[in-house]
This record gives sequence, structure tokens and C-alpha cells, in this order.
Amino acid sequence: MADAVEVSGVCKRFGSLQALDNVSLSIQEGEFFGLLGPNGAGKTTLINLLSGLARPDAGRLSILGRDVVTQYRASRRLLGVVPQELVFDPFFTVRETLRLQSGYFGLNHNDAWIEEVMHNLDLTDKADTNMRKLSGGMKRRVLVAQALVHKPPVIVLDEPTAGVDVELRQGLWRFIQRLNHEGHTVLLTTHYLEEAQALCNRVAMLKRGSIVALDTMQNLLRRVAGCRVRLRLAGPLPAAVEPYLSEQADGEHVLALPGFRALEEVLAALRTSGLAIQELVVEQADLEDVFLQVVAAS
Amino acid sequence: MKTGFYSLFYKEVLRVKKVAFQTLLAPVLTSLLYLLIFSHVLERHVEVYPGVGYTAFLIPGLVMMAVLQNAFANSSSSLIQSKITGNIVFVLLAPIAYGEFFAAYVLASVVRGLVVGAGVLVAAMWFAVPPVDHLQWIVLFAVLGSALLGALGMIAGIWSEKFDQLAGFQNFIIVPLTFLSGVFYSIHSLPPFWQGLSRFNPFFYMIDGFRYGFFGVSDVSPWLGLAVVGASLAAITLLTLGLLRSGYKLRI
Repeated sequence: MADAVEVSGVCKRFGSLQALDNVSLSIQEGEFFGLLGPNGAGKTTLINLLSGLARPDAGRLSILGRDVVTQYRASRRLLGVVPQELVFDPFFTVRETLRLQSGYFGLNHNDAWIEEVMHNLDLTDKADTNMRKLSGGMKRRVLVAQALVHKPPVIVLDEPTAGVDVELRQGLWRFIQRLNHEGHTVLLTTHYLEEAQALCNRVAMLKRGSIVALDTMQNLLRRVAGCRVRLRLAGPLPAAVEPYLSEQADGEHVLALPGFRALEEVLAALRTSGLAIQELVVEQADLEDVFLQVVAAS
Repeated sequence: MKTGFYSLFYKEVLRVKKVAFQTLLAPVLTSLLYLLIFSHVLERHVEVYPGVGYTAFLIPGLVMMAVLQNAFANSSSSLIQSKITGNIVFVLLAPIAYGEFFAAYVLASVVRGLVVGAGVLVAAMWFAVPPVDHLQWIVLFAVLGSALLGALGMIAGIWSEKFDQLAGFQNFIIVPLTFLSGVFYSIHSLPPFWQGLSRFNPFFYMIDGFRYGFFGVSDVSPWLGLAVVGASLAAITLLTLGLLRSGYKLRI
């Protein structure tokens, strides 16, 4: 069975900038896959290549086995893309926009699904409103709806929650997770790493056009051992604990510990000092720590 | 398998309808102002064809000029707006073949050109009613001419990266070629040098062939006109399809 997304030896250059350098990865059907990286890493370029908005200089990309260059019509039918830019056609209402987008995919009698998508994205009340009159968050919802209007088996979300409120984020993720559970493959790029950590099964990290990490979320999180401890004490930090101090502000001490054995040492030192603990929070390493470590190391 | 052609064509027509005041009514008014001024000034001084008043002579030329300019404006303005606002991405992400993309934009341009042309013709009949000698030539040149300008508008819209460049294409290429094509005169009234030069202007053949359909009289044979317009349309079509296939200024 073909992978949902197959990227093999892909290179793309813009003038002197090597946007992607021999990138290879595959995403299996039904995965919720995260594509992360700092600005300019090549995430959007890779998405543009998958969707046919750009053409690779070398390498091959396919969606469910359909080559995005030689079988572009078949591959585009299988792909729904939410672009990063907040773009819209100012001439049309929300419903007209979705009907036209559906028609571009050859689906001219698709109103039942269009209504369902609008309902799930809380757009029903705005169905007959001109796109120009929508808020930024509402326009973002329409972009998502446009990407889903032809029920694509592979959904690409390029920064879908940039600049949108918490309510939309939660509603959007509920809907996308439902689609993922129904078998749709999801490829997500986001700068909100906590979202990626909560949603993605597997992650690729890009830096300067190359993949610097590609693994399951679980394995990536294991890469960063240790934990952080946030402390508020009734007095000064004991000297025995100071070697672990990483930050200090407004009476809060943040300790970076290499492992749980060190945590035991810290707690013992605090007990010995007799200082009252006003607040203590233990935080495990998260995707942000992994991201910073991987990007710095590469 | 159903395709996106119809929806793209419908979108283009719906866009025209949504701003009909600007896309349909304004060009009709502009043409009527030309007719009002030129016919008032020249009606009693100029007789281009024997027995044909200047106002009646002018009407087919003005109609065809409106057809051509609006066909060009339709595809070019739609493409440049979509490129600048970024919403062209919705069409580029869809499984629409190059030929469908081309056909949808050109057909929508033909529709707008013909609607505006019909509007100018109907309104102009208040001034004079030109005869209709060969309806088939009128329709043929109107359709081929608007298709040619629709395709040229696509090239201009694809090539232009800002409205300024599109205005340059329109003002320095389309408008001069239209005005110097015999809309307001017969090329036989020009000195030999300018007559010869006019024969290199494809717009001249469109206007002349279209006018032949009304009066049965033309500066050159309508068959020659048909050949020139047909060959020009074929060449511009191939060029436009080539640009679309290569993704020139549309895909990176």
C-alpha cells in the first residue's frame, strides 16, 4: 500500500538559497504528522511542492502513490491544503466560496457536506456573508473549510491556528482529530509546539532545508532527559541547590535537573535547610525542549 | 470524470455579475459618449462608405472596440487581482488542467465582451440603426476577436506583477492597436504608408470583418480577415497554454 505522503530526495533552490536539500520522508495513512522548524527552514516550501504550487528541482513527491508532477490532477484530488496566508476572494459569500471550491474539484452537488463542514467550523451563521466582512478568525475558518470541501484523504495544515482565538483552535482541533480518527492523514506545521505535542504521532524537524530529526513524538521526548523545577521558598536558595539554578525572577527559582536522582538531592537539601516551600512545580521536558536542543545541535 | 472547468467559468461570470455596474454598464456608457461626440461633430462632414451615414458607420466599430477591450479587461483584471490578493492559490491547488484553466478564462471573457457589445449596439440604435448584411460574420468576428483578446488578457495578467504593469500593457499596446484599427475611419482614408502599416495590425482585421457583417463592404476581404484573426488566435492560444503549462509567474 502506498504511503499517504512520500518525499524522496527533494531539492529546491531559490536563487542562492537552498530552500530544501535532499529531503526524504514518508507519512503513512492515518498518521497525524508534524512538520516543525524555525522560520525559513523550508516547511512551507515542502508543502508548496506537495500541493503543486512549486516544482522540485530534483526528487519525487507523491500523494497516495500519485506523483505530484506527472499525475498532478490525481494527486491534487487527494490533497486538501490550508494555506498559511489569510487569502480570500472578496467577491463572494462564504457559501459561494465553498461551492466554487467544491466545483473546482468536480463536485457540483456537494451541499450536504458543505453544510456539515460549515456547521463543524461554526460558519453556518455567516454562510451568506461576504468574505470581506468576516473577521480574521472567521476567514481562517473558511480557509480550513475550503481545504476540506472535497473530503481529501490527506489534509495539510500550514500554520492553521496562527492568530486565531482559543475557541476556534479548540473547535478546529476537535474537527481535525475527528477526521484523523476517521482515517484522514494530517500533516501539520505550527509554531505552537504544545499543539504539535498534543496532536502529532510523529514529527520531522527541518532546519535550513534539511531534516534534522524524524521520529515518533515519544522517542523525541525521550531524547531530552531530566526535568525543570519551579520553586518559591520562604528564604534564599540553599547553596547545595545553586548549581542547578537556570533562571531566577520575582522570587521564583527555576532549576534544570539532569534526572530524577537530582530531584531527590534537591528535595533533601531543601529539607535540611529547613526552609518552607511556598510553591513547587515539577515540569517534564516537552517538545519545545527537544526542538531547541535539536535545532541548536544541528 | 467531472472537471473544474465549469466552476471556474461560472466563478468568472459571477464575478462580472457582482460588479456589473463597473464591468457592464460603465463600458456601454463610455462607448455611447464616443458615439455622441464623434457623430455630432462628423456626421455631416464624413461619408466613409457610399450611402452610409458616419454614425451608422461608427456604430459597428465602437461595438467591436467595446467587445475587444472588455474581453481583455476581464481575464487580465481577474488574474492580476487574484495574484495580488493571493486567492489564485485556490485555483492552483485544484485539479484543473491547463486547457480547462485557459478555456474558462477565455470563455468568460467572450461572454463579457459579447454582453457589453450587445449593450452598446442596443443603446446606439437610439442614434442610428445600421443594417445587418451578414449576421454570421458579425457573430464570428465578435467571438473570435473576444477570444483573442481574452487570451491576450491572460498573458497580460500572468506577466504583470502589479497593476501598473497591467495598465502599461493596456495603455501602450491594446488601446493604441484598437484606436489605430479603423474604429473611427476606413484605412482607405489614410496615406499609403499608414494604410500599409495598418495591415500589420490584427485589430484592423477584427474591426473590418465585423463591420463587413453589417454593411457588406470592407477594406479587405473578410476571408483574409478571418485567416489573420484565426492565425493570431491560434498563436496566442499556444503561447498562453505554454505559459500555463510552465507555471510562468504562477507556480514557483
